[in-house]
Amino acid sequence: MIRSNPPRRYSTGKLLILAFLFVFLGYFLLPLLWLFIASTKSNAGLFNSFGFWFAKDFNLATNLKDLFTYQNGAFIVWMKNTAIYASVASLGSSLISALAGYAFSQYRFAGRSFLFGIVLGSVFVPTTVFAVPLYLLISKSGLSGSLLAVILPALVSPFGVYLMRIYAEQAIPEELIDAARIDGAGEFRIFATIAFRLLLPGYVTVLLFAFVGAWNNYFLPLLVLSKSAIYPVTVGLAYWNSLAAQQSAVQILYPLVITGSVVGTLPVMVLFLFLQRFWQNGLALGSIKG
Amino acid sequence: MSMTNTSNPGTPENKTQKTSARFSSWRFQRNLTPYLFLSPFLLAFIVFMVYPLIYALNLSMYRKKIIGGVSFVGLDNYVKAFHDDNFWDGIRNVLIFGAMQIPVMLGLALLFALLLDGKLIRRQTIFRLGYFLPFAVPSVVAALIWGYFYGQSFGPIAQIAKALNLQPPIFLTPKGIIPSIANISTWQYTGYNMLILFAALKGIPEELYDSARVDGASELQIALKIRIPLILPALVLTAIFSIIGTLQLFNEPNILQVVAPTVMGSHFTPNIYVYSLAFGNRQFDYSAAIAFALAIVTAVLSSIVLLTVYRRQQGD
Repeated sequence: MIRSNPPRRYSTGKLLILAFLFVFLGYFLLPLLWLFIASTKSNAGLFNSFGFWFAKDFNLATNLKDLFTYQNGAFIVWMKNTAIYASVASLGSSLISALAGYAFSQYRFAGRSFLFGIVLGSVFVPTTVFAVPLYLLISKSGLSGSLLAVILPALVSPFGVYLMRIYAEQAIPEELIDAARIDGAGEFRIFATIAFRLLLPGYVTVLLFAFVGAWNNYFLPLLVLSKSAIYPVTVGLAYWNSLAAQQSAVQILYPLVITGSVVGTLPVMVLFLFLQRFWQNGLALGSIKG
Repeated sequence: MSMTNTSNPGTPENKTQKTSARFSSWRFQRNLTPYLFLSPFLLAFIVFMVYPLIYALNLSMYRKKIIGGVSFVGLDNYVKAFHDDNFWDGIRNVLIFGAMQIPVMLGLALLFALLLDGKLIRRQTIFRLGYFLPFAVPSVVAALIWGYFYGQSFGPIAQIAKALNLQPPIFLTPKGIIPSIANISTWQYTGYNMLILFAALKGIPEELYDSARVDGASELQIALKIRIPLILPALVLTAIFSIIGTLQLFNEPNILQVVAPTVMGSHFTPNIYVYSLAFGNRQFDYSAAIAFALAIVTAVLSSIVLLTVYRRQQGD
């Protein structure tokens, strides 16, 4: 923290604030550090060694091998399911939201405020209300054995529409769109070539948060998916965890659940860190109007 | 407004002859355009939100009898829900949880946002990202990690207690369970809320602070009188979303149930109750009614918060 030049004196108040901030840095990061260290331990190592330091045997490779082979490689299937589900759902929903948000921001049309009111209102309806009927409708339609059962409902994101509308209002100057119209560009060409480029920072933010939301989702997949071959990682890990807690189960499951938690979480963390600039700007853009 | 300029690309002879026909079809297209942009969303919205909602509403008015099949019972399920102690138990639990967790989380998020905005602390990015990182963790994994932390076997808290020759604390007791889950939610979502408030603070022009400083205002006064009131809309937004999230509490208790099955019953939260009614007892009709009852409670609470804030602002 303290740079050597120029020498700077920290007042007591400032030091207290720094100490306060560092304590909370520990609170937020130590559990993750513990998880990463625990993923290098065997079952015996988990019990015999201190949680915040490595055990004598470094077991990460064995844990990974066990993780990818246990129950005929179920974990790999879950990872693949999660990747497909999160990618398709987030790409689809963010594109749909961008189109709708753009329409709300750039056009005046009959039913505009009524429709937007309904969109806003639906943000406040608890997911639970949709969960039971979705389960029944999906099992009636025979989709409950398919990833589509979680992908299709995730395409609707009222909050995404709300955000894209705000972004579009801020990022797209009306004069630019009018100028393009005068030049004879069609409405869809204007969107695809001009408006979408301007919407990109907001779009990436909505896309990323939709991706994370789908990747980390547990409630809906738990309800609507009927067989373990189409589970996402979250539901799979919870399932293994329930097996691990049963006394009859093999103890090997603790290292597997822990290592699986690391592998299932890393992609999202890496994505957030790499796309930092994008989504931090995107968040700022969205909140100016509150 | 659809613009009335006619500078459509077109050859001059077109212009004179077919102007009115072309113009009206062009105008019609222009009027149709917003609906075309909206159509994918509206289609998905109707199929996956409106229709299930109507379906559930209809479902909630039926009851399956052991003999005699399914019969229409009108609002009976709602009357039953109103008198159902299991439902109100769950509501009470999530309200206690919310009263405990939301002020702590949003208070911390606001404090961090205020401290990390401006020039007070250098290298703020470390703190911002570090605080935010738990948000990237699935709530299932967050509950698993903290479940191990709370546990007696290889959790670090129990290890430290044993090393100090102390009795390891038991967290997942009937009294301890709500604060234990509240801690998991605070750990996960404080950073996210901080970033939203932080982004709102960034929208305030610096000059406002400068002129207040010239007038001799202290940093604390500036925070209380200028910065917090100006980001009130963002603060209200985070509060509303926290309330909605709290009422739907499910993942964390569902995961912890595995390690503490006796502490939480099948109606610990309304969502857990809905889940066990539907998938444990196959009582889909009644579970739909409970879900709607939860939606009503959510709407009432959100409006109370919105109205209170609005009134306060009017009073100022």
